Amino acid sequence: MPIVSTQHMDVAAGSLPTHQLLNVDGKRIPDEELDHYLKDLKEADLADFLRDMVVLRRMDNEATALQRQGQLGLWAPLLGQEAAQIGSVRATEDDDFIFPSYREHGVAWARGVQAEDLLSVWRGAQASGWDPNEVNIACQQIVIGSQALHAAGYGMGIKFDGGEQVSVAYFGDGATSQGDVNEAMVFAASYQAPVLFFCQNNQWAISEPVALQSRTHIADRAHGFGLKTWRVDGNDILAVYAATKAALAHARHGLGPTFIEAVTYRMGSHTTADDPTRYRKAEQLEEWKAKDPIDRLVKYLHEMGADVQSYEQRAQNAADDMAAKLRAAITTMEDPKVEELFSNVYAQPHEPTERAAKNYLDYLADFEGGE
Amino acid sequence: MLKALNKSLHDALSEDEKVILLGEDIGTLGGVFRVTDGLKAEFGEHRVVDTPLAESGIVGTAIGLAYRGYRPVVEIQFDGFTYPAFDQLVSQLAKLHYRSRGRVKMPVTVRIPYGGGIGSPEHHSESPEAYFAHTAGLRVFAPSSVEDAYAMLRQAITCDDPVIFFEPKRRYHEKTEAELGVVQPDASPKAKIIRSGTDVTMVGYGPTTYTLIDAALAAEDEGISLEVIDLRSLDPLDIDTVAQSVQRTGKLVVVHEASRTSGLGAEICAEITERCFDYLEHAPLRVTGFDVPYPPSRLESHHLPDLDRVMHAVDTVMRHHEASEGAAQ
Repeated sequence: MPIVSTQHMDVAAGSLPTHQLLNVDGKRIPDEELDHYLKDLKEADLADFLRDMVVLRRMDNEATALQRQGQLGLWAPLLGQEAAQIGSVRATEDDDFIFPSYREHGVAWARGVQAEDLLSVWRGAQASGWDPNEVNIACQQIVIGSQALHAAGYGMGIKFDGGEQVSVAYFGDGATSQGDVNEAMVFAASYQAPVLFFCQNNQWAISEPVALQSRTHIADRAHGFGLKTWRVDGNDILAVYAATKAALAHARHGLGPTFIEAVTYRMGSHTTADDPTRYRKAEQLEEWKAKDPIDRLVKYLHEMGADVQSYEQRAQNAADDMAAKLRAAITTMEDPKVEELFSNVYAQPHEPTERAAKNYLDYLADFEGGE
Repeated sequence: MLKALNKSLHDALSEDEKVILLGEDIGTLGGVFRVTDGLKAEFGEHRVVDTPLAESGIVGTAIGLAYRGYRPVVEIQFDGFTYPAFDQLVSQLAKLHYRSRGRVKMPVTVRIPYGGGIGSPEHHSESPEAYFAHTAGLRVFAPSSVEDAYAMLRQAITCDDPVIFFEPKRRYHEKTEAELGVVQPDASPKAKIIRSGTDVTMVGYGPTTYTLIDAALAAEDEGISLEVIDLRSLDPLDIDTVAQSVQRTGKLVVVHEASRTSGLGAEICAEITERCFDYLEHAPLRVTGFDVPYPPSRLESHHLPDLDRVMHAVDTVMRHHEASEGAAQ
């Protein structure tokens, strides 16, 4: 018998309901608590959600292909997590500040970051694909869970200076094992800071199942820190959107931090460097394909009697445009100049770094002199 | 020195409303060493913030506050408790300006009371400065005098880069008639020749500076003239000042409490050997703590470089002895 079962223990007692507003057949399920937060959502918004998710899926496919072609050093696929990312980020205001991990491509893209800028980081051409202050998203974070503390601190800052924004930390199920995520919840709760902890439980931390991170539903833990918590179907964009709206409203009313566990599934590999067939069964993937977030929204639009074909066509066109632009940009992208190796190590003059830069550039210039 | 540090924080809080203090017990109690005494009462709980007992949390939330435009000054209660915050210090705080390509500034000051000699239990007497001097993106300051404690802390807080600020807790109760308020506008302080001499260049920082002054007085009685340099900033290292001195004296002894292997002394000796090889009359020597975990306090007098070990090194370089693995090093 294995030490850790890949199945959750039965967490009947005390566990939160998993909100689902769209079932897998695209049927709308009433939800007493969350329906209210959908009241401003129009059909056009749903069409935008569809477009966003289709573009993202295409970006993910393109990036994976570009990695195979040697144009990117690595890529972390988000295939399957489109609803969790788009549903949550579209619920935020532009001045809410987001602290993402390395998989939140959809979050950054939805805030206006171009696909080629996103991918430039994975190409190794830049350390950050965006200016955090332009899109109100911190640099992506690779160390698991560290950004949760940054979000807590930013939220404390909002509280101290009387701002109305919310800071949002994105992380995965694996990160909930990290001390920093737990410390972040302690700080945010203690100061009643306007922070949303948004956990995409995609079931796998590289090869380790969520059961190895948590013997209860992850959402159940946040209660212990004094956080208002929701568990939602992460492949249901309406549930994600509504819960995020609810959480942000909670924070804006001065009621403190919140936690959302969006239960989803990473359909691809952790990164292009690993092989999921080594650690998970094909049946599990098939099971989750039936819960696909894009298919589900399409079914719902059909249910509504919307002109789905035109929305799908529009989404397809947007994806094609993005892909063409991305390909053109990434395959002709120049490497950064060697001076950038030494740039921005310090904000103010730092003599040893400046000396090292000068010495190395002089050394290179000797070769370029051609002698 | 405690009063100088307190006044430095007080003046920084007064002058810039974005300055905010965070740490364990710094508010109501005024810090276990009382460095922040009275500041919460004057500036309020949103400027002087008592934190939960979580070092990674303290540094990590300071980073978030800096993203928000604050200039956090955090206190790590004791040197040995710095390590739980190591990721936030070296992977986050140090790198965010570089990672963001200059878009994000991290003007965070991390105050760490450090060093031994006060008879404390385990984890209360360490010298972790080399970890941070080794990390690009961080500045590391280590004042020794009361005047510097005031001025360098002001410099650290106004600096747009993160500064690890090591306070020599052994000198906390140092009292002098210091004139506070002279603050150099540079990003980092330069090394300072605190006693001129002609025979041997002695380099120290923080608590060991005083041992070097004692050594200079003792050497004078033996007819040996020691030049004593207080580094003040460990990163960037003002190696030019040290090199110019060694070009005059031809001999170098570096003294620090931290362990010997891969310590600041190794760096300084290597730099000086590269720059001043033709001037050296003896191999540069180090007098340091041993490569052991910080020992029980009843043994710390052996571990810490004392006057005798320092003088033994002086005698060695003066007698042109071969560098050895002797007790002095």
